[in-house]
Amino acid sequence: MNHLPLIIKREYLTKVRNKSFIIMTFLSPLIMIGLIALVAYLSQLNKDKERTISILDESGYLGDVFKNSENTTYNYLLGMDLETAITLVKEKEDYGLLYASKTLSLDDVSGSIKFYSEDSPSITVISGIESKIERHLREVKLQADGVSLEQIEASKTQVSIAQESFEGKKSSKLDNIVKLAFGGLAGYLLFMFIIIYGNMIMRSVIEEKTSRIIEIIISSVKPIQLMLGKIIGTSLAGVTQFAIWVVLGGVLLTVVTAIFGIDMSQLQSPQQDLVNQAIQNQGAQAMAENMIIAVSNLPVINLVIAFLFFFIGGYLLYSSLYAAIGAAVDNETDTQQFMLPIIMPLVLAVYVGFFTVIEDPHGTVSTVFSFIPFTSPVVMLMRIPFGVPIWQQALSLIILVATFVFTVWMGAKIYRVGILMYGKKPTYKELFKWIKY
Amino acid sequence: MNDLLVADSVSKSYGNFKALNEVSIAVPKGSIFGLLGPNGAGKTTLIRIINQITMPDEGTVALDGQFLRAEHIKDIGYLPEERGLYKSMKVGEQALYLAQLKGLSKVEAKKRLKYWFDKLEIGDWWNKKIQELSKGQAQKIQFVVTVLHKPKLLIFDEPFSGFDPINANLIKDEILQLRNEGATVIFSTHRMESVEELCDHIALIHKSNKILDGRLNDIKRKFKTNTFEIGLQSQDPNKIMSEIKENFEVLPATFKNLHDDIKINIKIDASTSPNDLLSYLMTKAEIHHFVEVLPSANDIFIETVKNN
Repeated sequence: MNHLPLIIKREYLTKVRNKSFIIMTFLSPLIMIGLIALVAYLSQLNKDKERTISILDESGYLGDVFKNSENTTYNYLLGMDLETAITLVKEKEDYGLLYASKTLSLDDVSGSIKFYSEDSPSITVISGIESKIERHLREVKLQADGVSLEQIEASKTQVSIAQESFEGKKSSKLDNIVKLAFGGLAGYLLFMFIIIYGNMIMRSVIEEKTSRIIEIIISSVKPIQLMLGKIIGTSLAGVTQFAIWVVLGGVLLTVVTAIFGIDMSQLQSPQQDLVNQAIQNQGAQAMAENMIIAVSNLPVINLVIAFLFFFIGGYLLYSSLYAAIGAAVDNETDTQQFMLPIIMPLVLAVYVGFFTVIEDPHGTVSTVFSFIPFTSPVVMLMRIPFGVPIWQQALSLIILVATFVFTVWMGAKIYRVGILMYGKKPTYKELFKWIKY
Repeated sequence: MNDLLVADSVSKSYGNFKALNEVSIAVPKGSIFGLLGPNGAGKTTLIRIINQITMPDEGTVALDGQFLRAEHIKDIGYLPEERGLYKSMKVGEQALYLAQLKGLSKVEAKKRLKYWFDKLEIGDWWNKKIQELSKGQAQKIQFVVTVLHKPKLLIFDEPFSGFDPINANLIKDEILQLRNEGATVIFSTHRMESVEELCDHIALIHKSNKILDGRLNDIKRKFKTNTFEIGLQSQDPNKIMSEIKENFEVLPATFKNLHDDIKINIKIDASTSPNDLLSYLMTKAEIHHFVEVLPSANDIFIETVKNN
């Protein structure tokens, strides 16, 4: 008798009807969007803060370097010594004092500038000042060598390299950003999914043990059916929750953006910087064009198919382990010692993905990790947007499938024995023995 | 075929521990079969093998002449000793789910549940959650779920634990009625008075081996000591006592009676018939009480386990 659909239905319905599940489903997007809005709001608040920076220039070279901007006022101090200036700045509660001491020659100026402040100044402020001074000093030096200001202006060039593959496919720097975004999103999604719903499976196995219904159930169905039903039912509940999150999150994000007028692009992140740079270099229209090219350059069909396979494979691999752990213990606190070996490879996969794949998607490290079954789903999903040969994907998938067949088999063995064991926390040695029963 | 279930030389080991050692039992159709044994003897392992929860290492189990297969799951109803229900699921939904796992259609399951719920007067629990019920109430649900699919073989492991005397009686009557309707029952318990009351066959498992089995009456006959409990009345009890003591082995006895001067147990040889004893006594005194002392299931249990 095949009871799988029945079990899946029950698992799904119990999960979906659970009060805390429902609350989490609808509250999480609210909290997430709230947090994003808060961060955006706070960073804007920070930017809008007006600051005054006083300048005491004894060298005479910083004369007209600094022009007042929207939120920074520069205040030139004249005719006082350093100590008086510091006292004055303190009294006025200025952001800080930029001080250039007397120097003999132009060459010494760069080494004689100091910034005094109450608290240590922000990196952006200092590097902004530095670059302004650098540009100015270069111009002054060039002028001293007889180059006119016009010539200097004219010498400024911007290069934007048009990229094209040997097959004639157009691409741009933006391509890598888009690839990274897609790959990272897929990998991270899988990671989150495994952790959230793997835990849910584990808890539901433990619940059956503690409520002692398990023996009644497995006198009617095979343990492996119950385990698979649990895994599939919980995953379907997970997919439902994820779908609601995406839809609700999208709607809320739009609403919040519209209401508060927060420009999400102002959120600073390294990737964002790259994008901003790209925009600066190319202009908006070129940017839009490149974006379309970048997305169309993605191996979309490959990406979708690989996502499905690696997602399912990776999820089954880990969730069967979660189910086995749930069966091996009596209560949730005992799960700790068995969790580490599961979490470690997952975290490793994400780190390898975000650090190594970005650096070199086809390097040795990335390639090797995209074959190891416990890391391959995450790492391979991140690599695929950069173009991975089909044979590599196929090989990795075969290894993954073989491993998950093995872990499901092993998990089912531990599960079968474990669900009827009460009382003591098993050791790894005992778990190994159970596999042989 | 008179035996519904036949287990033949069933062995099962867990690592180095042998839980069952070549155990054979035959459960006759329509009987109530007591599966007895001290804690940890291997009863639960045998029951789990019959339920196909675990597989035997060696030996075979046949139901109705066929080796156990997956299809037999619907022919067996099992109430485990360690039993519970999904705490946060509603009673009706849960009972429906468990019935469907046993192969009943949803419509049929609903119909039969209604019948049983009415019979046990628990119809208004349908939409309650298990965690709102008491332990005894939850046990009732478990009983209903066990028998709902009308299995040929019912296995009850300590069915009365958790029930008050009234409900225990109710369940006992239901078990007897199910047997009368044709079901065969395997009954595992430590409460010997219910074995005495219900079982017509027993098997005793001790330290993974079966050490005794058969019809309860046959076993009792085998264990009887030809001892008779006797109450006499006489003018001169002391004289009669000494006369009896010369001819028979006499043991002290305690039982309740109105006016007996002499209360004794007399043990006779296997060759002597009770009639001989009776006619001898008739000549000596007035007989008010004459009962053969039969070993209780409790005595048999303790004696057999001790001797092994």
